Amino acid sequence: MARQMTGAKMVVQALKDQGVDTIFGYPGGAVLPIYDEIFQQNDIHHILVRHEQAAVHMAEGYARSTGKPGVVLVTSGPGATNAVTGLTDALMDSIPLVVFTGQVPTFMVGTDGFQEADTVGITRPCTKHNWLVKDTDKLSETIHQAFHVATSGRPGPVLIDMPKDVQFATGTYTPPKAARTDNYQPQVKGDLEAITQLVELIEQAERPVFYTGGGVINSGPAASQLLRELVDATGFPITSTLMGLGAYPASGKSWLGMLGMHGLYEANLAMHGCDLMINLGARFDDRITGRIPDFSPRSTKVHVDIDASSINKIIPVELPILGDIGHVLEDVLKVWKARGRKVNKAGLEKWWKKIDEWRAVNCLAYTNSEKTIKPQYALQRLEELTKGMDRYITTEVGQHQMWAAQFLGFEDPNRWMTSGGLGTMGYGFPASIGVQIAHPDALVINVAGEASWLMNMQEMGTASQFRTPVKQFILNNERLGMVRQWQELLHGERYSQSWSESLPDFVKLAESFGWKGIQVSDPAELDDAIMEMINYDGPVLFDCLVEKHENCFPMIPSGKPHNEMLLAADADAFKEGATLV
Amino acid sequence: MAALKIKKGSSSHSAYDLRDSHSQIESSHTLAVIVDNEAGVLARVIGLFSGRGYNIDSLTVAEVDHKGHKSRITVVTRGTESVIDQIKAQLGRIVPVHEVKDLTVEGSPVERELALIKVSGTGDKRIEALRLAEIFRANVVDSTLESFVFEITGTPEKIDAFADLMRPLGLAEVARTGVAALSRGV
Repeated sequence: MARQMTGAKMVVQALKDQGVDTIFGYPGGAVLPIYDEIFQQNDIHHILVRHEQAAVHMAEGYARSTGKPGVVLVTSGPGATNAVTGLTDALMDSIPLVVFTGQVPTFMVGTDGFQEADTVGITRPCTKHNWLVKDTDKLSETIHQAFHVATSGRPGPVLIDMPKDVQFATGTYTPPKAARTDNYQPQVKGDLEAITQLVELIEQAERPVFYTGGGVINSGPAASQLLRELVDATGFPITSTLMGLGAYPASGKSWLGMLGMHGLYEANLAMHGCDLMINLGARFDDRITGRIPDFSPRSTKVHVDIDASSINKIIPVELPILGDIGHVLEDVLKVWKARGRKVNKAGLEKWWKKIDEWRAVNCLAYTNSEKTIKPQYALQRLEELTKGMDRYITTEVGQHQMWAAQFLGFEDPNRWMTSGGLGTMGYGFPASIGVQIAHPDALVINVAGEASWLMNMQEMGTASQFRTPVKQFILNNERLGMVRQWQELLHGERYSQSWSESLPDFVKLAESFGWKGIQVSDPAELDDAIMEMINYDGPVLFDCLVEKHENCFPMIPSGKPHNEMLLAADADAFKEGATLV
Repeated sequence: MAALKIKKGSSSHSAYDLRDSHSQIESSHTLAVIVDNEAGVLARVIGLFSGRGYNIDSLTVAEVDHKGHKSRITVVTRGTESVIDQIKAQLGRIVPVHEVKDLTVEGSPVERELALIKVSGTGDKRIEALRLAEIFRANVVDSTLESFVFEITGTPEKIDAFADLMRPLGLAEVARTGVAALSRGV
């Protein structure tokens, strides 16, 4: 059933055949033929953004909250270069995206034409793969391959660059089933011998810990289900990276909380003191390991990952298992059950006692105030008042992001969207719009700092236009809080450029876009204000004026091992030490 | 959990751990990378090396299967064992890469390089250059009254040795192809 159509029509047809219902984009000269096709159909909903970077973050939010790939359409030159931050963000956090860019006509490529940029050259290191399609006959097959590559193995962003003449020309459409995808087939089943070795380790371990990451969530809901079954059946403690929150429920009895630089005391000490570390889909990021020679020095380490290059990259492991988390966990459970569901009960009992001692330190403790809203308190109240709702959380980057990870509980995967690897300020607001588009009736909250939030504030128009009732929960300390914290602790309290000068009146700003604006500064009024935000049927800009000089603890200063965490109480002593430098 | 004592001049207050954990012995490895011969594939491989700070000592590339559009990239690189493993894993995840072979691990491979070497001079030096070329089994592929162009094939070390000998005899220009390599046996 060879069908002839223009390249532009192929794009729309291929998207329909791939089951795409929503794309995020911005038109321009080099993609006008495609926009003309979009105009003439109703199956694919186009979300018009205000800046291409935001289009990519929206697609990321859409992808992470649904498990489906996010799709972006932007023009050549500046359209493509504006998308680069989003692409890099998606690459670092393994988010499946298919990004379409227009390009100058093939005969003009290389002539420095108007709005020409070497898009495949620029995006080569920030995509999983990219293509410049020069022949209309190859366009549809390339699009199907792009969806396959973006979603198979370790997911990631891919990009298709399409010169304008390729969009105008007519060619033969290749349906998805006829597209060649056999040349990229990452291994998903783990080696059974290695899995049996892992089961033996599980049976013997005295001080085990599960260290899980975004790979569990990327593997799909089944992987999270299997993880819960394994954790609950073995009774092993579990911690997670920032990216993996929600794979195991925060209310689960084996949950230690997040680990890492601002992770929980009990989680980091369990990692330091364990004798068996089972890494599931995490990548030993430098925010996790601290000083490498002192990282969990007495443990046997197992690493399950779908990406061979993540294994032994930072931390050498005794037992590597290459494969998809869901498949591997299924086999682990099968083998473990068949061998009699054994664990070292006596060892585990002692281990949990130790962990309970660490828990008793109460590392998230902070001094509350009746006069000013502490950011931690604001998040505790937000958690209390929204817990149990159909809730999705996005964040920007900084202190508020770490506090959100510490104080909000996630019961399910795909409910938490944050920029982990790249740490992109300005991610959370557009991501929240993308999430809301995918889940129109859910409560979508972006926990933000005022500085991050301003980086993509132009998307207020997008939220208004598409009636997305996103809640922007801004913890406004009029500071670049995390930068300020490092300057206080490590740079002799010289606060170089780390305050937010000339801030807008957020309530008036909200009103000017047809939003609701709420400002609150009194702790006594906080609950009512949060309820007002939740109950308002429309986008809300929530300006929560918080304590300006609050620091985020616990904290492992870089280059320090896990057992040298800094708690709030130690901060002053640390500062004195650090000013010597 | 006592207060942390940071020494003067220490980098431990940096945003990153500045100490190099890879300060072990480096060795040279010859890798053969089989790729789809599509636009940009060489840039992907080179970009990986420069982007992640790996070394390239030699690089050759040509299509070896015209029907299947497959190219073979031979790259000689240096690094510690863990870095070499990481290079292979990183190469392996590039979408158009089909296979990464570490010829050095498979056994000392057959390695050959071709060089064109121009030597200019007259008199005794010219005669000496020609005599040495014979010893090294280099062919004369161009000759004027004041110059020769020698074609020499061999291991990179042999070519280095020949070029070194030509230097005092009037070495003018060297063009080298880089290493092509195959594993020994079947």
